[in-house]
Amino acid sequence: MNSTDTLAMAGQAIARNKLRSFLTTLGIIIGVASVIAMVHLGQSATRSVEQQFANIGSNLLFVMPGMSQHGPSALRVSAEPFEMEDVAAIRREVPGILVAPAVSRNETVVYGNANQNIRVEGSTNEYFTVRNHPVARGREFEKAELSSGAAVCIIGTTVVDEMYLNTEALGSNLRVGRTACRVIGVLEQRGLSMGQDRDDVIVMPIKAVQRRLAGNLDVNTVYISALQDGTSSRVKREIESLLRQRRRITQDEDDDFYVRDTQDIMDALSETTATMTLLLGGIAAVSLLVGGIGIMNIMLVSVTERTREIGIRLAIGARSRDVLQQFLVESVVLATLGGVIGVLIGMAGTWLMTEQFNMPFVASPGVIVLGFSFSMTIGVVFGYFPARKAARLNPIDALRHE
Amino acid sequence: MIHAAVSSQNAPGRIVPPTVLQMRGIYKLYGQGAAEVRALDGIDLDITAGEFVAVMGPSGSGKSTCMNILGCLDVPSTGEYLFRGVDVDSLDRDELALLRRKFMGFVFQSFNLLPRTSALANVELPLIYENVSRKRRKRLALDALRLVGLGDRADARPNQLSGGQQQRVAIARALVTEPPFLLADEPTGNLDTRTADEIMHRLVELRNERDLTIVMVTHEPDIAMYAERVLYFVDGKIQRDGPPGEVLS
Repeated sequence: MNSTDTLAMAGQAIARNKLRSFLTTLGIIIGVASVIAMVHLGQSATRSVEQQFANIGSNLLFVMPGMSQHGPSALRVSAEPFEMEDVAAIRREVPGILVAPAVSRNETVVYGNANQNIRVEGSTNEYFTVRNHPVARGREFEKAELSSGAAVCIIGTTVVDEMYLNTEALGSNLRVGRTACRVIGVLEQRGLSMGQDRDDVIVMPIKAVQRRLAGNLDVNTVYISALQDGTSSRVKREIESLLRQRRRITQDEDDDFYVRDTQDIMDALSETTATMTLLLGGIAAVSLLVGGIGIMNIMLVSVTERTREIGIRLAIGARSRDVLQQFLVESVVLATLGGVIGVLIGMAGTWLMTEQFNMPFVASPGVIVLGFSFSMTIGVVFGYFPARKAARLNPIDALRHE
Repeated sequence: MIHAAVSSQNAPGRIVPPTVLQMRGIYKLYGQGAAEVRALDGIDLDITAGEFVAVMGPSGSGKSTCMNILGCLDVPSTGEYLFRGVDVDSLDRDELALLRRKFMGFVFQSFNLLPRTSALANVELPLIYENVSRKRRKRLALDALRLVGLGDRADARPNQLSGGQQQRVAIARALVTEPPFLLADEPTGNLDTRTADEIMHRLVELRNERDLTIVMVTHEPDIAMYAERVLYFVDGKIQRDGPPGEVLS
């Protein structure tokens, strides 16, 4: 019996009971579709996070005061802010880095009839490089503006839209908190990153924010960029030991500040993704198992139903192996069909979701092949027992079966 | 009359044909102890090539069991069955399947065609297991259908055919591999007299064309009259064995 005939026979048997065949494969369809969708969505999410990180700036470290408590809650307890001397010390002691101290506040910004609450960052010109957010139009701060804390600002594109500044942004005067502030530049558009609109920001000289808005000389955050790739962990260690010294933290005390590396965040995220993938993989495995049992069940019913047919085939000269092959191929074809439909549904679902959430659509051939081969394997494993049952029938018993 | 014609054609001037089927001390037992049933109770039988044998007897006399053993569909409890000199007991399942495929054709009372499958596909079935190419298979199957006068109903499904037509499809299926040996288990049992006569005429013709050996189980003396030898089974034993005129008188 050649393979074309076997396949044709399986096709006929499946087509004869269309609804039943479909219901049989439903388990496989759902299993494969969920595996495909989950893995692809995971990959899309990872890709999207990676893109956002490339956008934020590579080799970026955040230094912030506060204690991150151990344990699952990870509550942050506030601590002394940094001073400008700390920033100077970091610049002096740690080589190969670019440092941008920052004060971040939310202020009410008014222009004409527009009134919005916007994040205001006081920083230096290093900010544009370290945060990978350069000035697109206009100019950066001048030395004199930085040292005197002049009321000038560089705004993100979202602020331009919100304040209806489209045509006359440069040179306009915004009211930021209690201060009138002249727009000298517009930042390049950056879009969403980690659910935050990076263009909804106003950057001012750090001294201007400290004196005019905050009323103190504290520094909330220090953005640091390691100039060379792969040095961020060294930089992190050096900053930690320097700050421990400056903040007089004894050996047995925990840090009252933390240094976050974008790499740390990436690692944490990929760990989360891995855990999720494992979990979903487990669920998928269970659903495929259930699907396989469904196939086995129906194949057993089918063998019983077709006992007489098996008897006829045996009587006219089919060997046991022909009968085994026939039923095995039938279950494999069923399972593979389920796999194909499952992959299609899974991909369609992924596409819809990525469209919905603005994520990049990633198609992974490896996962698709895995989905197919997994469903085929299910067909073989769960089809074997019923097929063997059919093949072992005694011709005369099978013929007499009613 | 037909029977006379058949025997006169076969009787004279023929070289003694070889024995194709040989049974020695065949027993088939079902159940155990007190409930033991002897379906076959010591059968010795020789059938020579080209013979047309009718097997008769009341229900439960063992004629079907004997037939199934002859057709290698069932195995005896004890005893020796030689098919063309080969001890069937020494063959495994696959070799038995090969034997059925190459040397035997089966026709059943209930036709046993595959439902929802065209007449042509039903006739092609044994050839599929012979690995005959698609084209050749179709040609051979059509030839076989023409042989039984159903060349124009090749695409009909069993439920679109009358009983007689279905049985003719079954005969075409049994003969498509050109086996030397045809086993028929009450082939006319489900047919009216006229159709039964038609089928029997066809069988006799085919037998003469192809030099078939036929063993046929039947209840009806009229049908048995087509054969040249009748075995009459009673309680698992062959009670009478001879020409139909003699056995049935």
